[in-house]
Amino acid sequence: MDARERRTNLEVRSRVLQSIRRFFIERNFVEVETPVRIPAPAIETHIDAEPAGDWFLRTSPELHMKRLLADGLPRIFQMGPCFRRGERGDRHHPEYTMLEWYRANADYREILSDTRLLMNAVCDEVLGTRTIESGGRRIDVGGAWECLTVRDAFLLNAGWDVLKDFDADRFDLDLVNKVEPALPRDRPTVLMDYPAPQAALARVKASDPRVAERWELYAGGLELANAFGELTDPAEQRRRFLEAAELRRRAGRAVYPMDEKFLAALARGLPPCAGIALGVDRLVMLLTGAASIEQVMAFAE
Amino acid sequence: MYSASDLRKGLKIEIDGVPYEITEFSFMKPGKGQAIYTCRVKNMLTGGTYVKQYRSVDQIDEPKLEEKDMNFSYAEGDLYVFTDENYEEYRINVEVLGIRKFFLTDGIKVQVLFHNDKAIDVTLPFFIEKRIEWTEPGARGNTATNVQKPAKVEGGYELTVPLFVNQGDLIKIDTRTGDYVDRVLRK
Repeated sequence: MDARERRTNLEVRSRVLQSIRRFFIERNFVEVETPVRIPAPAIETHIDAEPAGDWFLRTSPELHMKRLLADGLPRIFQMGPCFRRGERGDRHHPEYTMLEWYRANADYREILSDTRLLMNAVCDEVLGTRTIESGGRRIDVGGAWECLTVRDAFLLNAGWDVLKDFDADRFDLDLVNKVEPALPRDRPTVLMDYPAPQAALARVKASDPRVAERWELYAGGLELANAFGELTDPAEQRRRFLEAAELRRRAGRAVYPMDEKFLAALARGLPPCAGIALGVDRLVMLLTGAASIEQVMAFAE
Repeated sequence: MYSASDLRKGLKIEIDGVPYEITEFSFMKPGKGQAIYTCRVKNMLTGGTYVKQYRSVDQIDEPKLEEKDMNFSYAEGDLYVFTDENYEEYRINVEVLGIRKFFLTDGIKVQVLFHNDKAIDVTLPFFIEKRIEWTEPGARGNTATNVQKPAKVEGGYELTVPLFVNQGDLIKIDTRTGDYVDRVLRK
């Protein structure tokens, strides 16, 4: 990529950042800044934090943002750097920019409607059209989005029922090799209702405890965002952290301290809420057609 | 042993006792799932390639590879004899050399790659010079390089050369591809 293309990508990136901020400010969200260097990153089986002194660089602002929800801020958003150790590839960089937003007294479908409106607003303001055209691809953001359950996506493309005999290894491999490549490329696609063992920090669905209130957004072959109906039960949250910690310990990976302040906030009372993390770099990749995340970053050293 | 996070393009690994080089590499990590490292690997003995995936828990064998500077000494049948700096002789089968056997000259310096002490590859200087022993006479004045004709160089190697190259000319050959590169003009 030459210097001119990088400059163009950085101009698009700047407009995307401004457009996102405008979108949330117009909807009365409060922009917050939570600490980047933290004592206790969320304990997740496959996410490694970069140590920073005795503490860590955040892998996501999720736990701190939920503490703000518990403290009575009902609509918040944040855009800023997150760090994940060892993640480097065409779509990953160890330091990247994440957008997260949360709504109290809302569920994960309302977050999906926010996401549709946000994607439309960003396309309108940055491209002047809701049809993204790049490298011979056409992605119609403004039209109907494909929405299918994880169970159906696997039945259709991988040939097994993820709600019957869940196998985490098989799930990850088939997701990458069979399901993701088969998703439509001409419109955004939402995979909904992950099997409960893949709930992460989502609550299980009241109407079907085999699945969790979690969805992921794909567009143009890129995984853009992950949303949860948030888990608010402190006992269940502690159990999941301990379970992930045990898996990490057995795999010989670093085990992070428990975030007791976060768990205390849940115990005091986190209202029912939903939230999402969206990769801003990947959104810029989608809009520019960049083949690699480094092409939309000012410096990728 | 390597762990999956060591994998990258160009890394040499061992699968079932065979050395491979990673020629393409991609890092994938779905959602909250585990990292999946997809590698196209090239068999360093046969040149064949295939795609292999690793997960973050996987351990990958590291091949025992060693490269040594050697000089070509002589050939006896299918065995080519090279000597190292201590004048110790190594016999390398013609199969390892392929067409490069034609480009060996007395004393030429090469790098021999060993896997578990067995020679698996020989790297020659990238360019060598050979004299044309036979070719059809070229059309006088035709300096086009896109029209080729067959030729044979000293030692018996056959290749194609541009029309303007004549019998007795010295040419430069790329030892990696075996292709004609240039005509060498001597004053």
